[in-house]
Formats: sequence, structure tokens, C-alpha cells
Amino acid sequence: MTSPSRRHVLGATGVAAAGAVAGAVAGAGAGWAAGRSSGTDASGGSGPDASVGSALDAPVPFRGAHQAGIVTPAQDRLHFVALDVVTKDRDELARMLQEWTRAAERMTAGAEAAPGGLVGGGPYQAPADTGEAYGLAASGLTITIGYGPSLFDDRFGLAGRKPDALRDLPPFRGDALDPRRSGGDLCIQACANDPQVAVHAVRNLVRLGFGVVSVRWSQLGFGRTSSTSTSQATPRNMFGFKDGTANIKAEEADALAEHVWVAPGDEPRGASTGGGWMAGGSYLVARRIRMHIEVWDRSTLQDQQDTIGRDKKDGAPLGQSGEFAEPDFARTGPDGAPAIPLASHVRLAHPTNLGGVRILRRGYNFTDGTDGVGHLDAGLFFIAFVRDVHKQFVPMQQALAAKDALNEYVEHTGSAVFACPPGLRDGEHWGQDLFA
Amino acid sequence: MPRPALRLATVVAPVAVVALALTACSGSTGGGSGSTAAGTITVNATDTACELSTTTARAGTVTFEITNAGTKVNEFYLYAEGDRIVSEVENIAPGLSRQLKVEITEPGTFTTACKPGMVGDGIRGSFTVTGRATAGSADAKVRKAIADYRAFVASEADELETQTAAFVAAVKAGDVAKAKALYPVARHPWESIEPVAESFGGLDPKIDGREDVTAEGMAFTGYHRLEKDLWTGGLQKDSGAVADQLLADVRQIVAKSKTVEPTALSIANGAKALLDEVATGKVTGEEERYSHTDLWDFDGNLEGSRQALATLRPVITERDPALLKALDEKFTALSTMLGSHRENGAFVSYTALSDAQVKDLTVALDALSEQVAKVPGVVEAS
Repeated sequence: MTSPSRRHVLGATGVAAAGAVAGAVAGAGAGWAAGRSSGTDASGGSGPDASVGSALDAPVPFRGAHQAGIVTPAQDRLHFVALDVVTKDRDELARMLQEWTRAAERMTAGAEAAPGGLVGGGPYQAPADTGEAYGLAASGLTITIGYGPSLFDDRFGLAGRKPDALRDLPPFRGDALDPRRSGGDLCIQACANDPQVAVHAVRNLVRLGFGVVSVRWSQLGFGRTSSTSTSQATPRNMFGFKDGTANIKAEEADALAEHVWVAPGDEPRGASTGGGWMAGGSYLVARRIRMHIEVWDRSTLQDQQDTIGRDKKDGAPLGQSGEFAEPDFARTGPDGAPAIPLASHVRLAHPTNLGGVRILRRGYNFTDGTDGVGHLDAGLFFIAFVRDVHKQFVPMQQALAAKDALNEYVEHTGSAVFACPPGLRDGEHWGQDLFA
Repeated sequence: MPRPALRLATVVAPVAVVALALTACSGSTGGGSGSTAAGTITVNATDTACELSTTTARAGTVTFEITNAGTKVNEFYLYAEGDRIVSEVENIAPGLSRQLKVEITEPGTFTTACKPGMVGDGIRGSFTVTGRATAGSADAKVRKAIADYRAFVASEADELETQTAAFVAAVKAGDVAKAKALYPVARHPWESIEPVAESFGGLDPKIDGREDVTAEGMAFTGYHRLEKDLWTGGLQKDSGAVADQLLADVRQIVAKSKTVEPTALSIANGAKALLDEVATGKVTGEEERYSHTDLWDFDGNLEGSRQALATLRPVITERDPALLKALDEKFTALSTMLGSHRENGAFVSYTALSDAQVKDLTVALDALSEQVAKVPGVVEAS
């Protein structure tokens, strides 16, 4: 044995916690009524949260033509996890994806991961839901699944179904990738307006997957860095700048069709033999970008603005006014040099300098503690959704990696690509098309 | 709003209720006037109501036919006290009917609930069962399981005493090499019946306490004290006395172990607890910090868990054959992997494992533990 102390401490803590919860609930009465536990019967409730009922609490539909969590207005919090398949059994994997679908749909509705998951199993079963989101609102939870290139090797007979566009990224100049933060057979992107709801979703899916999948790496994000709808204000990244001003928005149907959603003809082979199943899906590129924020913070305002190419306060392109002004790259400053410097981030990443390429960005700020030498391990967990990784993200990143003034302050430490299939219709489940 | 969900804080006595196969038929029975119609209770579920044709039933097989006349996906639950689910049907789409059959053997008050939209406590009502029915009892199988487990414990206890006596003799003879070789062998049977040994509170820390968890005022004794001597400082003046005390304590626990009266539930919980030990102490290399013989303990815990569940096989087979299959697969996978770290009959040192190998073991252990954690709930109905 021997961990009498640990076991006893854990046991005691558990009891105390349960008691506290019960007490709080008894005391607060309708306090929990507003959330996960309420639904139908809370209509008459008057708990403190019941009156809130804000859009941030509302559920996002799980099913549809496209997966939720892509053009869904970006929620505030992220829990992203990449997993490796550890079973060799194709049926076991297919079954897990089906179980995931059921649990994911339930959780996005604000329900427990399984019916009666909190206590319904009775005193002698481990509860089927871990419980920390019980009583919380749906909080706009979206759960988006993606398949990595490695899933289509020879293990599960999926080699023939690999989309041509699903290929690992080429190396980029300056990459400092950690294999322990890169790749993965599967990914789950859970976004919500309450961090506990997002973490609960990932935790319960990981639990359902024990024996089938194992977590390879995971990333928490605490603040959205992009707006994906015109209804949202542009947020700021860890450099303190508005980020994603020129992002593709949910309202731009033509741009989404051109740059984000895979079209039926994109894959050369058919839906049942090749990668045609991706029609209506999108490719997810994840890059963990560590920012050397201490160095950045010591640079002058002018340096910072020249590096980004935008005004720090209102986000306007340099030399212009208004955040949403179209950048004028021909404009010169008083010194005769371009107002938006040649090596600035905005100029290099702009569609006009990339043959019209655009991407849908959906990244999050992160801070993973410290680096051990007195600095914050902080940065941007970059997520982009594109129709073709190699025609959109790759040329963009090649241009940035070669010249971007920002490279002085950033380092790419993790990288992955996933194929996010189209949305599910009623009665369908994840993996159904692939494992049919 | 009342929060009955939390009433479970007071433990409920198990109610003799068995959920029968939950048959889902998609709406084609339309009102149903088949042979079971007499006993069928119809449930008309809408977005705002949950109407049962009757709220009482005789003990026996009770059949509910739930029709979703609303616009939201609905669910139907039958709860015992404390919101323990007796049975449920989920995912009843608008317009569909589904059937739920439940076997109830004893009288009592239950709660029914429809949950339009899947969230919340649902629209509830009281449901009364009268009379009694005979349960398909697994009593004989459970009795056999208990007898088998007691026999296993007794045999491991004897092995523990024999091997510990040999280890103690080597320590007292000052034969360090032999004592080191016998140390993990002596501990193996201990690890296989650990939950039983642990139930005798005071002896466990004396025999198996680690230096950092020794209670205040208590001497550091037992296996781990001798482990420290053998692998780090060399045998001490009092090592022989510590060894004598160890053997005396082990003999006491061996005698006590043969008197335990387990239940099916405690056997199942013990099987799970053994894997928890592996997860928190062995696969992390914490248990044997001087000798690094953690994989021996790992094997002992695993074997103890497997044997405990083996006694319950007939019970599990009857109630959840799919679980039995999963248990067999995951036990085999983990023991095969663990066995690959054996050389010439002996496990390699924990320090010889790479990070990737530790991760592989952890992944396989998680896979097994999730399945083993389901067993107490399966045997609990007895």
C-alpha cells in the first residue's frame, strides 16, 4: 500500500465536499435552478440566475449542415484536446465515436453526459457524469471533432478514405515545435462561455474514451482572440492589440463557401471511396504560439504599432482611422516610408498580399503557468478553419515565417492539422460515414 | 424548487429492483393492444406535461409505453428514492413511442419523470408499487463467489507468511543479496490481498507504512524500513528486531485475514481499490522508492484484482456479459504489457522504464480501471 494518508485525506475531502454542496443547495434553494438542473421546471423558479438567461447561457444547436464551433460566435473559453487512438480494434473506435456523439449532444444541451449521470446510478456505482457542470447553464458549449492525418494510416483500414488535403504541415522557418504538443489522431475543440462547462465536456469525453483513446496534449484558452460574427466586438490578444479585425464572419456566406467549407468537388475521389466525405467540413489548423511578452512589454508603442501595422488603441491601420478601414498599403508617412511597414504583420497576412487567401481565425489567449525562469508561459493558441490547408494557411505562414517583424516576439511550439467533418443530421453520429 | 437530486447524501438502502431489458420500439405499436396491453401503462409526454394512464402497479414486470406528443426530444425516468434511476429511456423524438419494461419485486413509492429537452429534474409524479414478486435470485452464485474469494485470500495469506519468514531469515542472517532477492517476492502476496489487510487498521501501517506517512509518534517499521536498510544505509543494529516484529505482525494479519466475511460488493470494491493502488503508488514508482521493485507490487495488485473478479464471474455473466468481455480484454492487455517488463522471471527495475513505457502502462491501466469501476454497480443488486 501505502498511501493511507492520501486515501484517507481524499475520502475525507470527498465527504466534506458532498456535505457542503448539499448544504449550499438546501440553503440556496432555487440557486441551482437556473442551470443544468433546471430546464423545464425552472420556468417558475426565481433563483438568482434564473433571471439572467442571457445569450451567453443559451445552448447552441449541436446538429446542422456544419459542425458547431466554427462559425458559431466565438465563446470566451476553450478546452482543446488532441488524442491518440490506443486500441487496435476498429469497432471499438467506431463505438466510442457513437458514445461521444450521444454525450456531446447531451452536454451541449446543458444536460448531464448520461441520463441521471449525477446520482442516478445509485450509491454503488461511479457516477456516469463527473458532476462539476451540474447546475450550470449550457453556456454556448460547442464540441467540434476533428480527425488527424495519422488516423488514416494502416491501423483502422481508413487509408483509402484520407482526404488529399489532409496532410501534415511543412516545416516553417523558425518553428520550435515540441512533439508532445503536436499532432494527434483526433481532436476535440470544446468552447463555452463558462470554463467549467468546457472542461467538463472534455473530461467526460476523455473518460468515455479510456482504453480507446489517450490524451496526447491539451490546451486551455481563457480569452477569445477573434470575433467570428459581426455582432461581436474585436477582442485583444496578449500583445494588447485587437486581433482578427479582418476575420471571416459568420454573416459572409460567400466568403465562407470560398474559404472555409470544403466543397463537394474539392476531393478528386468520391464520397464513399476517397475524401469526399469532407464536403461541408473544414480543416482545422492549430498552432501554439508562445509570446515573449516580457520583451514585447519593454518595446516602445511605436515599435509595437509598426510590428503589427495597426493603432494599438482603436485598431485602425496605421495612418488611417477606424478599426474596419481597409488597409491602404500605398499610403506613406511623413518620412516617405510606407505608413504600414513592409514587415508588419497586417501587411504580410493581408489577402491582397497573398493572392486573395483568407482564413477563419478562432484562436484563444493562453497562460500555462511559468517557464521556470521567471517569465509567463503565455501566448496565442491559434486556431484557423480553412477549406484547404495547403492553399491557404501554408502560403500565409510561409510569408509570415520569412519576414514578419512579429517573429522577434513569438515562437511556434505546437502544431497540428485536423479534418473536421461536416455537421450531423438527425440520427447520425460521428464516424458513421468513415466506418460504414 | 425542491432538490431531491441531492437527497442521496443520505445513503439509500438498495431496493430490490432490476431493470429488465429496455426495449425500444419505434412507434409502430400505435397505442398497443397486444398481449401485454393489460399491464401497459401509457405515458403521454408533451413539452409541458407527463400524463400516466395510472400511477400504481402491482409488483412484477411493469411496462410503460411513452409517446412523445411534444416538440422537444424527451426522456422518461423511473426513480427510486434519492433519484436513483431504476430505469430510463432517452432520445424519444417528437412523434415517436418507446417502451420501457421494469421488474419491480418489492412494494414502494417511486417517482416518474418526463424530461422534455433532456435537461432539468423533469416533470415528476409519484408512482406506487404494491405487493411483492419473486426476484430471479443470484444468491447461490454470490455465496459461491464469497467462498471462492475467502479461499483465495487464505491461500495468499499462507504464501505471505511463508515468503515473509524466508525474507526475515535472510535479513537476520545478514545475507543482503538474498534478502534483496526475497523482498519483492514476499511483498507480492501482500499486494494481492491488500484491501483485506488494510481493513485491519492498526497493523497495516506497521507492516507497510512508508517513512513519509508514518504517523506522529510511530516508529518507521515493516517492509519499507527494511527496504531502506537493504538498498541505502545497509542493515542497522535494530534491523533484526524490525524483521522479527514484521513477521509477528504478518502472522497476526494472516490469521485475521482468514476470518474476513466479504460481500459481493466488498469483493468488487476491493478489486477496484487494488487498481487504484497501482494508479497512485505503483505505476508512478512511489511505493518502492529505494528498491524500485514497483512492478512486482503492480503485478500483485493486478493479480489480486483479477482473482477477486474471477470469483464474481458467474454473477457478472448473468447480469452484464458485455462487461465481462471487456474486463477479460483489458486484463489481458495490461498483464501482457506488464509481463513484457519481466526478464528471466524477474521484473525490471522501475527506473529502467522509459517515459513512454510508463505512459503505455498508465493508458492500459486507465482502460481496465474504467471497466472494473462498473462492477460494484453490477453486483450491487444482489
